[in-house]
Amino acid sequence: METLEQIAARIAAAVPGVAASVETNPAVRAQSSLVVGRDHALAVARFLRDEPGLQFDYCSNVTGVDWLDATLKEKVRVKRVVDGAEQEFEETVERRRPGYLEAAYHLYSMALRHGPLILRQRTANRVEDTRLASLTPIWRSAEFQEREAFDLFGIVFTGHPDLRRILMWDGFADFPMRKDYVEPDDYEYEPTPHDAVLEKARRHYPVEGAA
Amino acid sequence: MSDAPPATADAESIAALSTGDLVPDEFPDTPPPPAPAARLFEVRPKPGVAESDEGELLEVSIGPHHPSTHGVFRMDVALDGERVRQLKPVFGYLHRNHEKLGESCSYLGSIPYTDRLDYFCSLTNNWAYVLSVEKLAGLAVPERAEYLRVIAAELTRVLNHLCLVGFLVHDMGAMGTPLMYAFREREKILDLFESLTGARMMCNYFRFGGCRCDLPPGWVEVAQRFVDGLPAFLDEFERLLNENEILLARTQGIGVLSPELAVNAGVTGPMLRASGVNYDLRKVDRYGLYDRFPFRVPLGDHGDTYDRYMIRILEMRESHKILTQALRDLPAGPVIDPKAKLRGFRPKAGEAYGRIEAPKGELGFYLISDGSPNPYRYRVRPPSFVNLTILEDMCLGHTLADAVVILGSVDIVMGEVDR
Amino acid sequence: MDEGLRSELSKQGVFTTTLQELYNWGRRSSVWPLNFGLACCAIEMIAASMSRWDIARFGAEVFRPSPRQADLMIVAGTVTKKMAPMVVRLYNQMPEPKYVIAMGACAISGGPFKQGYNVLKGIDRYLPVDLHIPGCPPKPEALLHGIMKLQEKIAAQPLTGDGRPRHLQADAPAEFPVPAYGPYDLTPAKNETLWRPAALERQNAA
Repeated sequence: METLEQIAARIAAAVPGVAASVETNPAVRAQSSLVVGRDHALAVARFLRDEPGLQFDYCSNVTGVDWLDATLKEKVRVKRVVDGAEQEFEETVERRRPGYLEAAYHLYSMALRHGPLILRQRTANRVEDTRLASLTPIWRSAEFQEREAFDLFGIVFTGHPDLRRILMWDGFADFPMRKDYVEPDDYEYEPTPHDAVLEKARRHYPVEGAA
Repeated sequence: MSDAPPATADAESIAALSTGDLVPDEFPDTPPPPAPAARLFEVRPKPGVAESDEGELLEVSIGPHHPSTHGVFRMDVALDGERVRQLKPVFGYLHRNHEKLGESCSYLGSIPYTDRLDYFCSLTNNWAYVLSVEKLAGLAVPERAEYLRVIAAELTRVLNHLCLVGFLVHDMGAMGTPLMYAFREREKILDLFESLTGARMMCNYFRFGGCRCDLPPGWVEVAQRFVDGLPAFLDEFERLLNENEILLARTQGIGVLSPELAVNAGVTGPMLRASGVNYDLRKVDRYGLYDRFPFRVPLGDHGDTYDRYMIRILEMRESHKILTQALRDLPAGPVIDPKAKLRGFRPKAGEAYGRIEAPKGELGFYLISDGSPNPYRYRVRPPSFVNLTILEDMCLGHTLADAVVILGSVDIVMGEVDR
Repeated sequence: MDEGLRSELSKQGVFTTTLQELYNWGRRSSVWPLNFGLACCAIEMIAASMSRWDIARFGAEVFRPSPRQADLMIVAGTVTKKMAPMVVRLYNQMPEPKYVIAMGACAISGGPFKQGYNVLKGIDRYLPVDLHIPGCPPKPEALLHGIMKLQEKIAAQPLTGDGRPRHLQADAPAEFPVPAYGPYDLTPAKNETLWRPAALERQNAA
């Protein structure tokens, strides 16, 4: 398989106006991912599936990821003049990253037996604009998995043929896999050595000293 | 017979009792029936309903409590007579929040949860998970542990396929006998698992960098005896089923899945290979030590239910080859990398997707680490969930009874479908 | 009847019994379970009905697909909030006398999945459970032991008086309210008349 940079270059040549960037994965170098904008995701997906040298005909895994607002600390090298001599310092710069939802697609080629290529789309934010392009028209295997990402993360896939809740019931109002989801408090007191459960049950203890 | 009441009178009286679905066979356009007593009625649309191609559709919700849906699976079916015109699977009745729980416990703590994904195949689930973690952290596995993994996974494959075939023919009406044969062999495998891991079903045996413990004394001999007896059992099973008239009539040409659709819909495992696509992760990814074992990948010609049944039988025979060789060549050595750190394990930030050929198809785990003791994102790619995508396509036009058999041949386990 | 007299009579070939014993003997010897599996425990339930364990020895091998024909509901597996209304409805459809076994940690308390947002923390929030079988999953032996315990329980039920079973009390409920899906949780979250959480007992209370 070609490197991700080569594929990105081919995409840029084939799909006009596309913004495809490579994001390196520090743990597994071979599983770095390609980030595309939602406006061009469908065209990029079609290119990846149909291009002879790539032929990613099999979309294995589709999933959502929730990234909260975060403050990223980055180490930057800056040059400063101290006592008349220029010296290099390492400084920690804080950068605010607004939260977003992300859909990751793991693509393989059954015909050419290579992969994975990880395609990512990112929403504008976590609250109002959570739309992404559905890739179900390209790969049927995304149908239920995109529904699941809609159900659990609240990512709205435009162009999906049947976007309904899939795992939770229809009247459910929340998106439980989001990181800021608060589960219903139905823990009552019980004698348990399970710390996490005990902690949740403790809220139902009678107030010390009352009565 | 001359003093018997005329057939038409009988027909009227019965038609008066019926709710309207049955109407007397008096339509002028049909030829007169040859034997009046045998075929008085045929099902016609209710009077007043416009005759369309589809007639009036009957909507039936099958499940979540239904004896033949392999757990709490539900299908909303629209029927035209007996024919399926629409079929929408409804999930979520066993949604146990694996992914949320996986994100709230440590890497080690998630292994017991993976047992309960596909509760027939706990060991292959373990393997897929530890493989992903090993990828994420770059851990190596000792050779003996790899052999133990192959042995455990192939035993699991035999176990799963046996039970699947038992349940499949159970769905066709063979109540009891084949399922009992399958469970008899399953108990032998579970005895092996119990002596190896301490638990029958929820084995919790693999660890990052190896396996939890070594074999108990005498295990290889017992396993060898089971493996040696497997072909004889399979011969018996095949003699019982392969050419059974009912099984042939219920499965051949039923639920055909074309290879193009199978690939596009992400179908994996025996179902994909029954459609003739040669894609077995044991050969493609060569994870573990599968490149050391010569075995063949059985492929189907037609992609119908019979091929899906037969593929499983043939895969058990291939598993037998792998097992024989692995038990013979099992090397000595440690079963876990001594440098592997299980408790307080914190892989560096990054992500990894690891997948194996589970008995039901491609089982993948997608882990994102942010450097903390818990995974930031823990995703299970369940094979039987994705394989259900094309259930409707396979069932359309077949009868409802066939839809049940087609579902049986997909091989689903709800613990994995809903997670 | 005096035990000595009964023993003496039986030596003479005269067997005596009471209506209660006969009635309970009949009830306990053919408990037909509902063919109802939820999750992992259901596989062990099936295993218990297969040749090695042979649940037929206890008269309980007739797994009925329809709740109308069943006496015993074995809640075998995790009850999710999405499934809980169906479980209660199935129970309501069973004819009296009926019994419930909560098989496995999940059905008892949510088990390993207790902290899941969609997992009911024990089926006894909605149904009157007669017997709990711990384990994850319980081995088939444990299920058989549970069935034997249930038979003992049935045999010990008096037909008259305060301790008589529910189906002989005209005013006892045979059906329980089915919870509805709410926007965040089931409503109600538990059946208050049936289940109350364990009270916290404090030692050295002032």
